[in-house]
Amino acid sequence: MRLGKLVERLLQLVPVLLGVSTIVFLMMALTPGDPVEIMIGDQPITPAEELTLRQDLGLDKPIGERFVVFLENAVTGDFGMSLFHRRPVFDVIVERLPATIELSLVALIIALVTSIPLGVMAAIKKNTIIDRVATIGSLLGVSLPGFWFGILLLMLFAVQLRLLPVSGRIGFDSEVAPITHFLLVDTLLRGRLDAFWDALSHILLPAITLGLPMTAILTRVTRTSMLEVLRQDYVAFAEAKGLSRRRILFRHALKNALIPTVSVAALETGSLLGGNMIVETVFGWPGLGRLVVESIFVRNYPLVQAAVLFYAVTYVLVNFVADLLYTLLNPRVKL
Amino acid sequence: MTVADDAAAPAMAADQGKSLFKRNLENFAENRLALASAVLVLIFVLMAIFAPWIAPHDPNETDLFRRLQPPGWMPGGEWSYLLGCDGLGRDILSRIIYGSRISIFIGTAVILVATTIGIVAGLAAGYLRGWVDIAISRLVDILLGFPYLIFAIGLMAMMGPGLFNIILALAYKEWVIPCRVVRGETLAVRELEYVEAARAIGASRFHIMLREIMPNILSPVIVVSTIRMADVIILEASLSFLGLGVQPPTASWGSMVADGRAFILEAWWVSTFPGLAILLLVLVINVASQGLRDAFDPRFNE
Amino acid sequence: MTTMPATPLLQVQGLRTVFETRAGRVFAVDGVDVTVNPGECLGVVGESGSGKSVTFSSVMGLVRAPGRIASGSIRFEGRDLRALSPPDMRKIRGRDIAMTMQDALTALNPALTVGEQILEVLYAHDETLPEGRIMARRRAARAKAVEMLELVGIASAGDRLQYYPHEFSGGMRQRIMIAIALACRPKLLIADEPTTALDVTIQAQVLELIADIRVRLGMSVVLITHDLGVVSEYCDRVMVMYAGQVVEEGPTASVIQNPQHPYTRGLLQSIPRLSLRGQKIKPIEGQVPDLIDLPPQCRFYSRCSERLDACMNRIDMRELGDKRRARCIRLPEVKA
Repeated sequence: MRLGKLVERLLQLVPVLLGVSTIVFLMMALTPGDPVEIMIGDQPITPAEELTLRQDLGLDKPIGERFVVFLENAVTGDFGMSLFHRRPVFDVIVERLPATIELSLVALIIALVTSIPLGVMAAIKKNTIIDRVATIGSLLGVSLPGFWFGILLLMLFAVQLRLLPVSGRIGFDSEVAPITHFLLVDTLLRGRLDAFWDALSHILLPAITLGLPMTAILTRVTRTSMLEVLRQDYVAFAEAKGLSRRRILFRHALKNALIPTVSVAALETGSLLGGNMIVETVFGWPGLGRLVVESIFVRNYPLVQAAVLFYAVTYVLVNFVADLLYTLLNPRVKL
Repeated sequence: MTVADDAAAPAMAADQGKSLFKRNLENFAENRLALASAVLVLIFVLMAIFAPWIAPHDPNETDLFRRLQPPGWMPGGEWSYLLGCDGLGRDILSRIIYGSRISIFIGTAVILVATTIGIVAGLAAGYLRGWVDIAISRLVDILLGFPYLIFAIGLMAMMGPGLFNIILALAYKEWVIPCRVVRGETLAVRELEYVEAARAIGASRFHIMLREIMPNILSPVIVVSTIRMADVIILEASLSFLGLGVQPPTASWGSMVADGRAFILEAWWVSTFPGLAILLLVLVINVASQGLRDAFDPRFNE
Repeated sequence: MTTMPATPLLQVQGLRTVFETRAGRVFAVDGVDVTVNPGECLGVVGESGSGKSVTFSSVMGLVRAPGRIASGSIRFEGRDLRALSPPDMRKIRGRDIAMTMQDALTALNPALTVGEQILEVLYAHDETLPEGRIMARRRAARAKAVEMLELVGIASAGDRLQYYPHEFSGGMRQRIMIAIALACRPKLLIADEPTTALDVTIQAQVLELIADIRVRLGMSVVLITHDLGVVSEYCDRVMVMYAGQVVEEGPTASVIQNPQHPYTRGLLQSIPRLSLRGQKIKPIEGQVPDLIDLPPQCRFYSRCSERLDACMNRIDMRELGDKRRARCIRLPEVKA
């Protein structure tokens, strides 16, 4: 019975994914200017070669057909060749993926670990210093432009204090043969603690920058939710039972208070994807985001298109999981 | 705490007789922090409007002698070039002042366009229902399936940089937000009696949407739009930072920060001050719009 | 209850609890005296805003900002509750004095099983549970929990422990709440509107249950309600509250047959009764006064059909003999 509902909801995703793909396709197809000409640029090329190129790219066919081809390719993972890299687009993207995922995960963890205690404390000690700090911090967190904050962090920690590296994902000496492609994990698995610290020091600033808006939002949400929960009758009843404050906090209040936090966190994870591009550019992080930005400037449109599609699909899936998570967590809401 | 509420009720009753809007405005005025922030926003706007008269120098005037000159209070700096100069010797303060025009103009334009489209679409979807609603809601769902920045970047990549294009690119996704709000409010309002009354006397659907429903849904839409303004400004700055926004020599705060990246080792002020400007503007917009939202919150007015 | 007990179980004197609101200070409880004797059932009657719930929240030490106890003494078994440290007060709550709330649906945590919510009270207070070995302790506690649920009439209690509150009916939830309150055999049960949220048929069951357990455990009960019918049926003594003050007090039968305060009389007259068929119900005119900065006068003044100019002064409680008191100057005062 539950499985049926799950499948039903999954099927509802299909039209959305289809729509998303359509829009990505249209973005490309409706670009003013001839993509072939843009790609050729000033290079000398014969009309025959140009025609071959056009045919190779399938640009000589009518738009409806091109769309179908696009969809077919998308499903099989064939996004054509990236002339810039002389490799299939798909391969290039997949190669850069782990760096971005690792960065996003660390940012998420930092956000959760910071915001939840902060939000809970702010609620319990309402209107005290901690509360003020949390509130002001949240406000600043959503008002700070990420790219500027990253640069500021760099100037402070990397340049002035020389505590942390300026860019990149890891130093040369610390390179290890990949297993999971997640550096933090691989360095530990290979037993190289020095490399682990090196990887950690590289990921720290970008992850903090990426996670800052999320931390700000989650702190607010947790605080509000906790305040709401503390006003509930069941908390008053628990007090009337003479239970210890720790018990009331951890067993009664937190469980209910964290539901909005988790669901907002799941939703906001999607927006981490967008912030990636900025942070990876600022910190020279070799991930998908920076790849996209670079590709735009060298007019590597097939890659841009594929990356946008990839991001969009991931975003839709992440939101779906977030929805699911919410229904699971809330014992009163049935699937 | 029903006792406290019961006790305060008679005092609240004294407020009745003023229109809801006026009472909300009074609530807002009571919030001094929000009021102060609103004033600061106004100052920014004035700065943008009167830029040519306020800025001490020409923002585009390059002077290689003054390349990377420090701010006035540091050794090597001049007070007339208060915040120092950038890599091309241009006065940072003047560029910041002129840069406010970009941020505020784009922010306002995007919000206006998006809100207009959003209201029209939301009203149509909420009131007419049927296939109109389905079509619009589907479109909304699909657009929501894109992370904001990706969508904008994708569009900018295709359309190319430029002022007009940025406004379009940002508005393309932004309209979804006011649309959802309007649709929700319309759904709630359409069953109310005064709408039924209008229908009963044969008013056209168009008339109903425009005259009966819209005035009553404006408040939440305005509140949401002001809150969104801050986000839009940061988005524009981010796009400009990546080089996808307004093009040189026009000064956008985002591109100024990007320019300063090359000099973070020797000239920290080139990136810092423009970013500070963004922070300040966004901060005061956030505080003011939060205050607006709290003031218009129906829970305060029972 | 036959003879006059020596020491009252609960003795509250001159309690004043204040709330600081946006509009001003509200004395939700303004000079209230309460006495509860061992084994007796005290009914507390009043409309919303009369201060009846806040009085007993204050006794339990549950009043939170923006409210606080301004003055007065609260003595339980001779101990001054206000002087207790928070940990000591927590020992009293749930173990010696227990409270149930009006709506069992919101009073029970929706995210925890019913069993856990009973067990945690036992773990917190019950000293008869075996120390040390966890499994033995758990078994003993569980057995007690099952015993409690059966006591309140929940069938197949052993299985029901792992159900969630929303899986029970309203009446059963109320019983579960009572089971939780009584798990440690408190000496005093404060039941705040135990029947207001229930159907009429269930109301009777719950009240019978409370009465029955009261006799079995020798417990004192405070029944807070706005329903005089309930009071007349189950309570030995009754206390009528209005606008933060006690206006009448005495043995139930006596008060109901012969109400002395105009408010009490009004309450009794406004109850629809079959015996009065054909006659109009007489509601009490007017509204409860604004509790902010009340002038020192009779608070019932604006609604009283028998008021005098002299009622504009501060009115104190008067002894009326036969263990009755009322706050009205139109009554003969009897030196007790």
